[in-house]
Amino acid sequence: MDNHGSYKSLINIWLFLMFLTVITVGAAQFDFGILNVPIALFIASIKAGVVAYHFMHLKHEDGLTWIYATYPIFLLFLLISFTATDMFSRVIN
Amino acid sequence: MGIFAITGKIIKSIAYPSEMVPSIEEDDGHHHFDPVTEHESAKLGMWLFLATELLLFGGLFAAYAIYRAKYPEMFMDGSKSLDVVLGSVNTVILIFSSLTVAIAVKAIQENRIRLVKVMLWVTIICAAIFAVNKYFEYTYKFSKGIFPGTDIFYSIYFAATGVHMLHVFIGMAVLGILLRKVYKGKYNKENYTAIEIGGLYWHLVDLIWIYLFPLLYLVG
Amino acid sequence: MSEEHEKNYLDNGEGFRSWFFTVDHKRIGVMYLWAIGVFFIIAAIASFLLRAEHLTPGQTIVSADTYNVLFTLHGSMMVFLFIVPGVAASFGNFLIPLMIGAKDVIFPKLNLYSFWLYLAGALIFMIALAAPADTGWTFYTPYSIETGANVILITFGIFVLGFSSILTGINFIVTMHKLRAPGMTWDRLPLFCWAAYATSLLQVLATPVVGITLLLLIGERYFGLGFFDPARGGDPVMFQHFFWFYSHPAVYIMILPAMGIISEIMPVFARKPIFGYKAIAYASLAIALISFLVWGHHMFVSGQSKLINVIFSVITYAVAVPTAIKVFNWLWTLYKGSIELSTAMLYSLAFIFLFTIGGLTGLFLGALAADVHLHDTYFVVAHMHYVMIGGTVFGFFAALHFWYAKMWGRMFDEFKAKIAFVLIFIGFNVIFFPQFIMGTLGMPRRYFNYAPEFQSLHQLSTYGTWIGAVGFILMLWTLMRPLPGKAPGNPYKSLSLEWSMDSPPGTFNFDEIPTITEPVYNYGTKIEEES
Repeated sequence: MDNHGSYKSLINIWLFLMFLTVITVGAAQFDFGILNVPIALFIASIKAGVVAYHFMHLKHEDGLTWIYATYPIFLLFLLISFTATDMFSRVIN
Repeated sequence: MGIFAITGKIIKSIAYPSEMVPSIEEDDGHHHFDPVTEHESAKLGMWLFLATELLLFGGLFAAYAIYRAKYPEMFMDGSKSLDVVLGSVNTVILIFSSLTVAIAVKAIQENRIRLVKVMLWVTIICAAIFAVNKYFEYTYKFSKGIFPGTDIFYSIYFAATGVHMLHVFIGMAVLGILLRKVYKGKYNKENYTAIEIGGLYWHLVDLIWIYLFPLLYLVG
Repeated sequence: MSEEHEKNYLDNGEGFRSWFFTVDHKRIGVMYLWAIGVFFIIAAIASFLLRAEHLTPGQTIVSADTYNVLFTLHGSMMVFLFIVPGVAASFGNFLIPLMIGAKDVIFPKLNLYSFWLYLAGALIFMIALAAPADTGWTFYTPYSIETGANVILITFGIFVLGFSSILTGINFIVTMHKLRAPGMTWDRLPLFCWAAYATSLLQVLATPVVGITLLLLIGERYFGLGFFDPARGGDPVMFQHFFWFYSHPAVYIMILPAMGIISEIMPVFARKPIFGYKAIAYASLAIALISFLVWGHHMFVSGQSKLINVIFSVITYAVAVPTAIKVFNWLWTLYKGSIELSTAMLYSLAFIFLFTIGGLTGLFLGALAADVHLHDTYFVVAHMHYVMIGGTVFGFFAALHFWYAKMWGRMFDEFKAKIAFVLIFIGFNVIFFPQFIMGTLGMPRRYFNYAPEFQSLHQLSTYGTWIGAVGFILMLWTLMRPLPGKAPGNPYKSLSLEWSMDSPPGTFNFDEIPTITEPVYNYGTKIEEES
């Protein structure tokens, strides 16, 4: 039964997440054209990673949990990429 | 209410694998696995469940990705019509509630029951504020004649935030059940698995929103 | 204490409550067995009527609309109520803890809730039959959006069933990770458990996608979301993508447990160690991983792009490799073994034969050019039934006979069971082999009517159902009337753990958790010394 970190570090992590939220909203005010979505996704992924790693204690979990935490992301990637490949490579007349 | 009751039971049964249904009377401890195994198993089980939740939203993310690429203009316009301020406020609230749940888990490990109660209360209140905000957002959209099915963007908006909202409610129910049990004195530093995996579930609700917020509100 | 230990799990408590509220994995497994058995019989009766309808072209016994309802009922019930939860939930529940040396699954209560959810889903499904769907079990859009039938209720029922299947999968995975007895290392784990692990993996990771798909379909009908509706800018083929992202892996949810059963039975009756243990074990995992990559081969003629057709076709060939590895390993297990043709073994041998036919015809269908001709014909129907009946159901029957003694503590009449086997085997082939021919000649599936030149083949196929039905009834009759006297603990001299205890096992399986010291399939060395 593990007991890690301190309240202070939890709050620091939260402050970091708030900081990233500000960045996300701030970045959205500028138009990066085609990069809009990748930038938003990149920042969101950092936030999600921080939540999973610290708040959800993924840093203390074993390899098995890591596999089951990350494998669905790969499957989601498969679902999107194959479906998109179909949708955008159809020849219409 | 049925779905909440079921979810509560499921969370409980993952957290307390060895609690028996009364009809097998002669339970002389046969179904008790050792506490470390139970704790580890409960966490693994919850992570597996979170994996399924992620893939449940996966269908919506896939639909988003494809239709966004197909109709960029529609998504731009639709996204601009959403209320960024309300969305941002909700993001802050949800991330804050994630913090409070994390603190609650930490506090129960140190037997600080009072702190656990406060933190769980704060989390539930945050969830309620989130829901109220969402209610205003929805009704405002309806008053402007925007419904699910108005166009693909709004369909995705309503479907994704709606399914997410359902998870917020389920999370509130789970946290409520946990809180009640905290008041009954069921948890302490030896026995906190339920709070930990209930917390994991709540973090997932936050995780999903972390993606939904920029994808729906910001990339316009 | 000592008195309790003499009680087996069947005697320990009687009456409805002692079963319906039990957390004993064996009782839950048995309840699943009864439930799926009932649904199997209902769905089989539907197919019996379907075949009878085809005795003559045009209307024979039912109207065209009833025909549509019947094949939807048959398909969706067989798939969602029988074969997907089927072997995994019944025999998986019964056997996994026994095989790995545990007293129960890790989450016994959750296991019970899964069963209740299964019943709830089945109940909703049955209520939906009041206005039965006529869409086929695949619920393809746009028809499933437009039809007046009760699509919402039936899909919601399937959603609940999916929930049950996810929870069972989670339970099994965690059980196999955390509750293996000391010394039960991964390379000593019985192959049925490996197969069940791969199955659970698919249940956990694929089912949520069909869950959201069906929810979106419900949303489509309620709100007109438009994702799958071309008139609103959506794409009906996307529904098929999402649907098959689950439903192709689901095919392996159906077949993998049966493969596990065969891997258990083969070495016992060939009295040889299984050939290529690791290859079979890893092939299960490989199937679980690759099966997520091939779903598009169900959609070659649905308007999918040519590029993705080619990609899916190529990967489809890849998934045949681990399957073939298993078949070769089973054959090699038989080589120079001293084979005993028990009923369970007969079903297992038939499995290999029929499954190979089913698998190879699957390769025809995976080939793009051939599929364009064969798609949606009886060839597909025959292929699918050779895999699902010739594979899964024959594996299921093999398990019913093989673990009969363990489950019920009695023996059955082998001779009658063998006659039943012969009838079922002949009946099955008479039903479905002609369908390969009809399919190549162009007879489309799901059609009420047909051209007169198909009549003789259709009739042959229908006669097959009669032979098969007689065989099936004889099998049930045999199994329902066990021989007098108690079964020995280990009638087949198997070496795996579930046979090391009394038949039927006590409520808590093991008085003391055993320690495993050697591989499971050590046949040919140890047995002879003991006997």
